[in-house]
Amino acid sequence: MLAVLTAPAIGRRADSTSLSPLTSLTELMDPSLRLPVEQSLAARYSEWVAEALDEIQGCFLITDPGIAGHPIVFASRGFLAMSGYSLEEVLGRNGRIFQGAATDRRSVMEIREAIREERTLQISLLNYRKDGTPHWILFHLFPVFGVEDGRVAHFVAVQVPIPRRSRCLRSSAENRHEGGTGRFLVACRNEFRSDYKLGCNPVVELFVDVDNRGKLCLLFLAIFGSSCFLFLESINNKFVSWQCYQNYGSSSTLFHLLLVGLEAEESRHATEQEKEKACDAANSILSTLAHYSKLTGRVISDKRRSEAGISAINSSLVISLGRIKQSFVLTDIQLPQMPIVYASDEFLNLTGAQLSLSIRTPASFLCTISSNLILALPACVLLNSPHLSYSRHEVLGRECWFLNGPDTDADVLHQIRQSIQAEHSCTVRLLNYRKDRSSFWNLFHISPVRNASGKIAFYVSVQMDENAKSNEHGLSPHMRQLGVVGAVKVAVRSLSMCAGPSRR
Amino acid sequence: MMTMTRIPTVLSNYQEDDSAEPRACGRNCLGKCCLPVSKLPLYSFKGDANPRNSSAGTDEPPPDFFLNNLLLGQWEDRMSRGLFRYDVTACETNVIPGGCGFIAQLNEGRRLKKRPTEFRIDRVLQPFDPAKFNFTKVGQEEVLFCFGAGKDRKARFLESATVGEENSSNVVAINVSPIEYGHVLLIPRVSDCLPQQIDPNSFLLALRMAVEAGSPYFRLGYNSLGAFATINHLHFQAYFLSMPFPVERASTQRIPVAKGLCQSGVNISRLLNYPVRGLVYEGGNSLRDLSDVVSKSCMCLQDNNIPFNVLISDSGWRIFLFPQCYAEKQALGEVSQELLDTQVNPAVWEISGHMVLKRKKDFEEATEQYALRLLAEVSLSKARFEEVKAYIFDAIELAESVKEKMEPKKKKETLFQSSALATHHHLVEGCLVLQ
Repeated sequence: MLAVLTAPAIGRRADSTSLSPLTSLTELMDPSLRLPVEQSLAARYSEWVAEALDEIQGCFLITDPGIAGHPIVFASRGFLAMSGYSLEEVLGRNGRIFQGAATDRRSVMEIREAIREERTLQISLLNYRKDGTPHWILFHLFPVFGVEDGRVAHFVAVQVPIPRRSRCLRSSAENRHEGGTGRFLVACRNEFRSDYKLGCNPVVELFVDVDNRGKLCLLFLAIFGSSCFLFLESINNKFVSWQCYQNYGSSSTLFHLLLVGLEAEESRHATEQEKEKACDAANSILSTLAHYSKLTGRVISDKRRSEAGISAINSSLVISLGRIKQSFVLTDIQLPQMPIVYASDEFLNLTGAQLSLSIRTPASFLCTISSNLILALPACVLLNSPHLSYSRHEVLGRECWFLNGPDTDADVLHQIRQSIQAEHSCTVRLLNYRKDRSSFWNLFHISPVRNASGKIAFYVSVQMDENAKSNEHGLSPHMRQLGVVGAVKVAVRSLSMCAGPSRR
Repeated sequence: MMTMTRIPTVLSNYQEDDSAEPRACGRNCLGKCCLPVSKLPLYSFKGDANPRNSSAGTDEPPPDFFLNNLLLGQWEDRMSRGLFRYDVTACETNVIPGGCGFIAQLNEGRRLKKRPTEFRIDRVLQPFDPAKFNFTKVGQEEVLFCFGAGKDRKARFLESATVGEENSSNVVAINVSPIEYGHVLLIPRVSDCLPQQIDPNSFLLALRMAVEAGSPYFRLGYNSLGAFATINHLHFQAYFLSMPFPVERASTQRIPVAKGLCQSGVNISRLLNYPVRGLVYEGGNSLRDLSDVVSKSCMCLQDNNIPFNVLISDSGWRIFLFPQCYAEKQALGEVSQELLDTQVNPAVWEISGHMVLKRKKDFEEATEQYALRLLAEVSLSKARFEEVKAYIFDAIELAESVKEKMEPKKKKETLFQSSALATHHHLVEGCLVLQ
């Protein structure tokens, strides 16, 4: 019998759920994201791009910042082999699942900022495999812009492993005798400790692998003596001690192993070769994507076209808004028809059809499909849910009043318009219509949102179906709506900050 | 034993007023008269030792609940009720051009009342004085919710809970003169009237709040007396800004610890290439370990009468400690009039790189040079910083390793060319060259 134990890889709480590499497996992709994630590449690069990408050597991921949570939409075979994950375990998840306790926080921040600023970044990073073992990589991130709208279509993250070049402690036999690079001290203590019992096995040998900051990863191959209880204590920068509890019949002996003065590995630098390897892979991926994007007409480039894309909504704002899991839209009030410039997934679901199946294509004609017929649609119309809710493309650009219908109270609409004029927020209850023309009572709240210049840039409107569950986690529906407003205000204000005095 | 030279009590002109006029009691205040029988919303967090490792259970509020729904939502509610002096989102803000990324804001509404300071600024430890303004005089409508450890293993929110006598009297209240959206005050054990001093439990609570918010852009800050705290009643500030602060981007150098003990698992580094010298605390085997090392360091500074500021960042993973000396210099007349005219008191946010400017002219002409010059005045000199560091290490029972084996991180190749502050405290022209 062999016991193989690894130090628990400690996860961390980033700006949304982030679990340790070991426990993250229990959480699969959010089912409502499945379709957008699977369609993400095909919609822009056609069905054949996946094959072409599979032929590129190397470890890389492709993520889509336009989908809530900024998920992974493609993982190369090399990446899956290197990380130990399967494709299902990785698709739809955010890239931070590969980070762990010893990952340098400043590096994490740099990646976050590069994504926000939509630029290329090359950085050494400590990542964690599925089995919890850490490894160093050269992480090369670059954005891919849609030529037409100037927005980031995808981010590509190339990873080149940086092998260990410093010493590590290998042989425990060596260490037990305080030889070689090991600086073990073995001390015996007669102490009884009955907590922290782990599965015990006849023989275990300690294999110590040192990673960044001296966090140790222990692989037990055999244990010495007879039944043994093991637990870990005080794993930290400079030393680790194990309490190794051995039961010799009635008496008990505690072996206290002290590893003193380990050199912690704070960073690992990539060689020029490794950097070149990363750039080469990046170029191959880019040219593949560029080539296939021509097939759908949604051409991409590695540079943003200067005039396009300084749109009201940049991709970092989209990413931030995507974290708000409630129904809301943002309208741009600077344009006369007040079009919708952002709609959350929950809005699309809320206003979606409940009964009949009808699709409206951009050409605006109705057609009914039965469950047997599949109508081929242009790639830009994506079906978001089995209920056939509005697709994002059907909603963006429409004027914000499109949920209203014949029985919507005109006085209430007037009240809303007045509030907008007065630059105030307001809360009303009005009758709205879904895609299938069924109506529902909408608890509607609208509020002005200013950007960094201090002037109003958008209005955020939050919708809530009156019949929906009322008090979630103790918070009233109105409070939850206000929560959306607060989160949107913060996102818009922070993310519209740019260098220099405002020009508006 | 280092002490600040005794100077006459300075009537500080630059004092913010955190609340409306003090209320007579019977009006739902936060004192012992009203609070124990009041009902306020209560957020109780999980009582676990290592919240940074855990994730939300199924019937618990989701991870963004605390920050988005609760804190920001409640804040928005108070905005709609007109409880703030001005709309902070109408204040223009931008990033000052240059490599550091200082953030400037034009906030004319935060014009300070010319009112004498209510306590001396040359002492870091001063006893609480109930006659002076304190948070028990604040009305309950300014409280967003109470915040404390729950008894069970689940985070929980109750819209209305009796405050009672236990630890649920830690309150989160709005700052009526906010410097950003969501600017709140965390007041531990409000009715116990603790003076503005760090103690282990309060610091742990503050750290806990950063963890609960779960966003690297929601930071907490603390100013000691003498480092521009304006009210001698224990409080931390917090707000949300979705950008990195310049100090968070600065490179750091790990301080190697002599072979032996570092039981807590906390790493301490010094800031490099940043105008204010400071220490960065990271890691820790548990949140309590990190909290205790930092609070011990702060208490050491308090005992030595060294004013300081603390920034809790990166959801509680990184904590910055800045000993400072600006107030002393100001009192001794050693700060240039030009800097004084901008009326910026370098408290924790300014030190971290967020400058709130009160005059349009200052905002429009804000340069990186200005920010660097101001902050250079705040920093301890190299020699004094080393001294202070030695006190701190002594207090937390660490010995710095003599062999400086670690190479400073060469990641961004930033060269800080400002010389160490001269003994005569002349204005130092510092310049930061970034490649």
